[in-house]
Amino acid sequence: MITLLLQLMWTFFLIGLFTIGGGYAMLSLIQNEVVVSHGWLTESAFTDIVAISQMTPGPIGVNCATYVGYDVVSLASGSHLMGILGSAAATFALLLPSLLIMFLIVKFYSRFSHSTLFEGVMGWLRPTVVGLIGAAAVILVMKVSWGGTPLLTAPEVSLVEENIIDWKSWVLMAAAFAASYWGKLNPIFVIFAGGVLGLLLY
Amino acid sequence: MNQDKVKTASLWQLFGVFAKIGAFTIGGGYAMIPLIQRELSSRGWISDEELPDIVALSQSAPGIMAVNISIFAGYRIRGLKGSLAATLGAVMPSFIIILAIAMVFSGFKDNPVVVSIFKGIRPVVIALIAVPMLNMAKKSCRTWWAWALAALSLLMVAFVGISPIYILLAVIIVSFSYTYIKMKKEAGR
Repeated sequence: MITLLLQLMWTFFLIGLFTIGGGYAMLSLIQNEVVVSHGWLTESAFTDIVAISQMTPGPIGVNCATYVGYDVVSLASGSHLMGILGSAAATFALLLPSLLIMFLIVKFYSRFSHSTLFEGVMGWLRPTVVGLIGAAAVILVMKVSWGGTPLLTAPEVSLVEENIIDWKSWVLMAAAFAASYWGKLNPIFVIFAGGVLGLLLY
Repeated sequence: MNQDKVKTASLWQLFGVFAKIGAFTIGGGYAMIPLIQRELSSRGWISDEELPDIVALSQSAPGIMAVNISIFAGYRIRGLKGSLAATLGAVMPSFIIILAIAMVFSGFKDNPVVVSIFKGIRPVVIALIAVPMLNMAKKSCRTWWAWALAALSLLMVAFVGISPIYILLAVIIVSFSYTYIKMKKEAGR
């Protein structure tokens, strides 16, 4: 159990360190580490956590880390108390790099903010982060597995069945996209509507 | 930045104000900026001129923007202890609310009503991840080259299965070297 807690802390420390571009960028990192690399949670469990993190107050990244920390440790140990410890560990580890880096930035504030080097690196990082967020969405829709070496053998592509149940899922997804992107509706309202429609349709 | 303009606050006050900000931020960090402005400048803790700088820095630094703003503003108001109090305050509402939900939800996961609600919610959540991505893309991908970089990082993570951490590390190393060499060349001219 101590090994799991340490693994969890190290994972969330890395996630905190490499989150550039806000909460949604963090989701792709959390997903990759927690679902893909460690297999601590399933895709559908993670999707539920994202939904709840979006609906509840507080920054998405913190909500998600707290939730994942609780779920991973309470699933492994079967105890609420250990789960609470897990969520505290994950959240603390997530914040630690921010604290360290922000202290450095406060110290070197004026020299840092307008440097050509910093702007140069950020100009590359921003589009990269856009791609990473896109990947998070794609991974929740389909699974790609390679029989052998990636890119040299043919991949096997399958839908994530828990998230895409039938054609109604695609309709809901398209409607939610339209409502939020063009209709500029509040995400909380869109998620709420999705829940009501789910109750009616399934 | 001049330190003398800043009014002092007790650590409990800092904790309380940032807890309020944390509790009312729903969704992303941008939603909290007007709230921060109202709470901090009305108390004379941070001036309105300082806020854009604090936001810009908190955005570009790694980590969660809301947390970065708390660390930075807390530090400006009460130094190291102030930044810890502010951060703890900003995170506390999330922590308590999510824990309560996580503990209750684990008991309801298999309830048929909850199951069908989440069948409807999951595709919606996926669409809602795509929306901020497109909004960011419109702002930060102005050249074909930026779009190519975005597409490449998407393919590498979603289809090849490379960890985002390695992608970010590679981009940081390459862009740092590229900008550095370009700067040296221009300086040498």
